[in-house]
Amino acid sequence: MMKEEKGKYKYGMVIDLDKCSGCGTCMVACASENNVSVRADESDKERSITWMQLFKITNGKPFPDTEVSYFPRPCMHCHHHTPCVSVCPATATRIDYNTGIVSQIYTRCIGCRYCQAACPYHARYFNWWDGYGLAKPFSKGLERALSPEVSVRMRGVVEKCSFCHHRLMSAKSKAYAEGRREIREDEYIPACAEACPTQAITFGDLNNPRHKVSQLIKSPRAFRLLERLGTEPKVYYLSSKSWVRKMADNYLPNQFQQVTKAMT
Amino acid sequence: MEQQMRSSGNSPKGGWLSTLIDLVLSYYARIISQPFQSGLVWFLGGLGGALFVGWILFPMALYSEQTQPINFSHAIHTMPDIGLDEPTELGRCLHCHSFRNDGTFAGIPKLETCMECHDDPESPLGETAEEKKFLKQYVANEKEVPWFSYYKQPDCVYFPHIAHVKMGKIDCRTCHGDHAKTDNLPLYKKNRLTKYSINIWGKHISGYKANTWDRMKMDDCAECHTKTGHEENNACFVCHK
Repeated sequence: MMKEEKGKYKYGMVIDLDKCSGCGTCMVACASENNVSVRADESDKERSITWMQLFKITNGKPFPDTEVSYFPRPCMHCHHHTPCVSVCPATATRIDYNTGIVSQIYTRCIGCRYCQAACPYHARYFNWWDGYGLAKPFSKGLERALSPEVSVRMRGVVEKCSFCHHRLMSAKSKAYAEGRREIREDEYIPACAEACPTQAITFGDLNNPRHKVSQLIKSPRAFRLLERLGTEPKVYYLSSKSWVRKMADNYLPNQFQQVTKAMT
Repeated sequence: MEQQMRSSGNSPKGGWLSTLIDLVLSYYARIISQPFQSGLVWFLGGLGGALFVGWILFPMALYSEQTQPINFSHAIHTMPDIGLDEPTELGRCLHCHSFRNDGTFAGIPKLETCMECHDDPESPLGETAEEKKFLKQYVANEKEVPWFSYYKQPDCVYFPHIAHVKMGKIDCRTCHGDHAKTDNLPLYKKNRLTKYSINIWGKHISGYKANTWDRMKMDDCAECHTKTGHEENNACFVCHK
């Protein structure tokens, strides 16, 4: 187990579910930015690789009381006792407390999939086939669409959302070229946040009180997925609907009211 | 008889030890005195052969050798009066191996950069045959020179030159050697199995490294980060992508 340290930066994301329209642009932007592979037959969506996954939830009530909300789910980049990191036998996944980003090194991964089992959010995906820079016959020509910023994955390794870490590195290089050591808030945002048409996704440094994210997480609408596991996810959600907030964790009967009362 | 008496050791101190030493010495003496019958020759021959194959023949077969299309002389181009008109040594490196505005490193220059000076295919600036070849084959046809890149890292590696050169104030030659003084380009050797250049994988099969530019693997990055007190940069996602 790695010792938790206080790092300089702690990048996190806030997703406003009241703004999310469930269009799926974040999923598409993520896949194209990160060279997420497609298979020859993508009809079985259970096996698709989606670093950013969009779930649809409803309150289960009949018309006219039906309410629907959409739930984009990237990697939560758990800050405390990161479950995937603690089980990885190959040190292929680590958390860097200087940025708070949980890394996944594909060339180091041995494909045992312990991390997949450990992840409470199902944010990790296993490559059953070579990615499309490598799988030759069906993907001929597709490699021209690949981004050089992100390495392609071979079969037999696990992959997950990296908070578009390469964008942080590019932003840093640009800052260095301009003689700055620090990057600005708007210089590093992941592809999903940039693409979101309703601007439901906000990204920034949770350690920096001037960044918008650190203000948004203080909102009474803010909650996290499976928060009571104690993994301190760095992806926050905002919702004004109480049934949405209730669905984000598991509660005993009547426990949810107690929890929310205790929080306020 | 006398020998037996002595080796059986009547002396009270170290009797068993001298017996053991005698035994071992006589064993080796028999092996050396009868090299063929004892198999010593065959053993040494086999060992030598295996080492020859493993350390000399195999590396020779493993790496393919290619010469660069043009034998470019860094020395002429960086000479203060003849070469590039830049005041500093680093400036002369960066004139061709430049940074883009977004901080990325351009690496090997394109023909466009060469044609800043070598713009006329009819009139060479020097007298070498290599330059004439360059003008005739590439400048005249405006065709890019297919240089081999010695230090091309694998796909999973992210290396920002700007962080090291501009922010870290590391001289080019610290990592790459004094290329500015060389007249010939070295052979490009590519590993036939991994497809990586020998400059990445390491020049010595034993892993011995005399200079920084002999090998550029992950451990070498980490070694320098640790030595210079930048251990925070040994996090995975600093050099991996």
